[in-house]
Amino acid sequence: MSPTSPPEPVDPAALDSLRARLDEAAQTRLGRSLAIRHINTGSCNGCELELRALHTALYNLERFGLRFVDSPLHADVLLVTGPLTRNLKAALEQARGATPEPRWVVAMGDCAVDGGVFRGSYAVLGGAGVAVPVDLTIRGCPPAPAMILAGLRTLLEANSK
Amino acid sequence: MTTVKTIIRDAPVEVCRPWLRYDLRHDAWTSLARAAATEGQVLLALWADTMKVHALFLDHADLTIVAVSTSAADGWYPALSPVLPAASLFERMIHDLWGHRAAGATDMRGWLDHGAWLLSHPMATRPGPPVQPDEPHHIDPDDAMILPLGPIWGPLDEAAHLRLALDGPWILQAEVRLGFTHKGTLALMQGKSPRIAARFAARLSGDATVAHSVAFARATEAAMEIQAPPRAVALRIAMMEIERVAGHLDTLGEVARLAEAPVARSQCGLLRETLLRASDTAFGHRLMMDCVVRGGVAADIATPGPHAILRALGDIASQLPGIRRLHDAPSLSSRLVGVGRAGGALAASLGVGGVAGRASGVAFDSRNGFMPEYSRFAPRVAVRHDGDAAARQHLRIFEIEESLRLIGAALGDLPDGPVTVALAPVSGEGIGCAESVRGTVWHWLRLDHGQIAAVFPADPGWGLWKLAERVLEHAVADDIDLIRASLALPASGMDL
Repeated sequence: MSPTSPPEPVDPAALDSLRARLDEAAQTRLGRSLAIRHINTGSCNGCELELRALHTALYNLERFGLRFVDSPLHADVLLVTGPLTRNLKAALEQARGATPEPRWVVAMGDCAVDGGVFRGSYAVLGGAGVAVPVDLTIRGCPPAPAMILAGLRTLLEANSK
Repeated sequence: MTTVKTIIRDAPVEVCRPWLRYDLRHDAWTSLARAAATEGQVLLALWADTMKVHALFLDHADLTIVAVSTSAADGWYPALSPVLPAASLFERMIHDLWGHRAAGATDMRGWLDHGAWLLSHPMATRPGPPVQPDEPHHIDPDDAMILPLGPIWGPLDEAAHLRLALDGPWILQAEVRLGFTHKGTLALMQGKSPRIAARFAARLSGDATVAHSVAFARATEAAMEIQAPPRAVALRIAMMEIERVAGHLDTLGEVARLAEAPVARSQCGLLRETLLRASDTAFGHRLMMDCVVRGGVAADIATPGPHAILRALGDIASQLPGIRRLHDAPSLSSRLVGVGRAGGALAASLGVGGVAGRASGVAFDSRNGFMPEYSRFAPRVAVRHDGDAAARQHLRIFEIEESLRLIGAALGDLPDGPVTVALAPVSGEGIGCAESVRGTVWHWLRLDHGQIAAVFPADPGWGLWKLAERVLEHAVADDIDLIRASLALPASGMDL
């Protein structure tokens, strides 16, 4: 064989089996991990305070494979807090548009679930569900860190199946 | 020589407990602004109702408050911003909500209204059609690189938009735009009884929920001429100070995280969590939301409460010296010294109080002078003059120590008796304040037969963001997050 001759075509059957094995390995190793991008759609910052508590050694979010990322481009999950204000609707839609499939949207706190006490205001549309499909809701005003963790772990279990 | 005192001396007054509110003609209003600027009086808040525009001034020298109003019946009033830069954001907010135009204002672009609402001037008697989304017209220096940040910002941050003009790593100009989290809170509060409206006051800013609730309750009680019972007053002090400790620990930890000091960060986080669990035990809510009501507190402290809180305080007291040592060590202090320096004169002129003000030499704390219930505990207030991130961290550590003492004193000597008083549906006007984790919050309201006719809560954010714009100029772009965390810049509280 001369060095300039084109390479032999790869065996499609071998390629498929290799791809399936790679997918399976990736799912086993990475499936139990979720990257979360937090989106504030009008929160009073109470929910953010409780999210921050998840980083403390008492909850240690990352031991479950859950971590916060800086960009929706790197996220599996959008974690939405606050009632959806009219001024932030476009921002939420853009963030969802930038998140790769499959993507989950979690509405956290009473406000993000249905607008909470701010329902009916001229400046508030309601919960996150008004603009984007919501996969999981975590109630509370604000939900305690243990409840947030329980909610996110449900998502983790569903994802690893 | 026209002084503030001579201008208000002959003006007609209305009762706005615990003070008077002076009704000024337009020319007197303008001269008052000039006199206030010359005398170094600070504009604390500027707000409106359907007929008038109101302003609250503080004289630092003798700790007096002057409340004044002027007519906006013709849809306009003379602007204060040409002589008092702190008025600018308020004037934009007033125009967006009530439609009153500040004649001669330095800036009349939208602030809360981004053109996304289905109406304009929602608080006016007759709201108008929606406005066009305004183009941000900026005076961008030639050849500068423009870096827009937000409204969706770093993880777990509040929504705000910052537009920076950069020259290499240096920030030439910074301009902030807020209003993203505007929830129409004032319209929701209006027409309700203070008992119902308190739920909105408690949700203005999550990390100042107790302070906003106390200021709102105190304004209501002032308007109704009643006083909360001694036991409720002592419990409120304990709650406010717990909130301060938790908030300062949160900011200390955030700044430490951004300055890459993981040990300090995790210590602060752990201590804060211990304290929040204790306040859950004591008051039934980790952040003590809805625990303060008009006329007292929602419920008495739980029986195991004082013990749980004192244990958490013990943990904090034992670890605070270690956290202070970490801040003194070169690895952290070299990152913080000189970063985000705020000048004292600037902070004072913008009415910035709280840690940001006190770190720049503004010796103001509303607990001394405006909250008589604190007088028997005599809170000590520390002032620094460096005005940088390091000074603010050290002040926070000092204030935590002092709050620990105050909580211990308040809970150690808890008066017996009821925790609420009965209220009658009366009419009246009142102002109340409380010292939040970021500075003083002021609430004003007018009651009409027990219903809220008009209300305005002033968050410390109004001054802080104006200060932040100036502090960011000539800073390095890499320090933005650190400066933001160090000044503890809020959004929701002033987005209303």
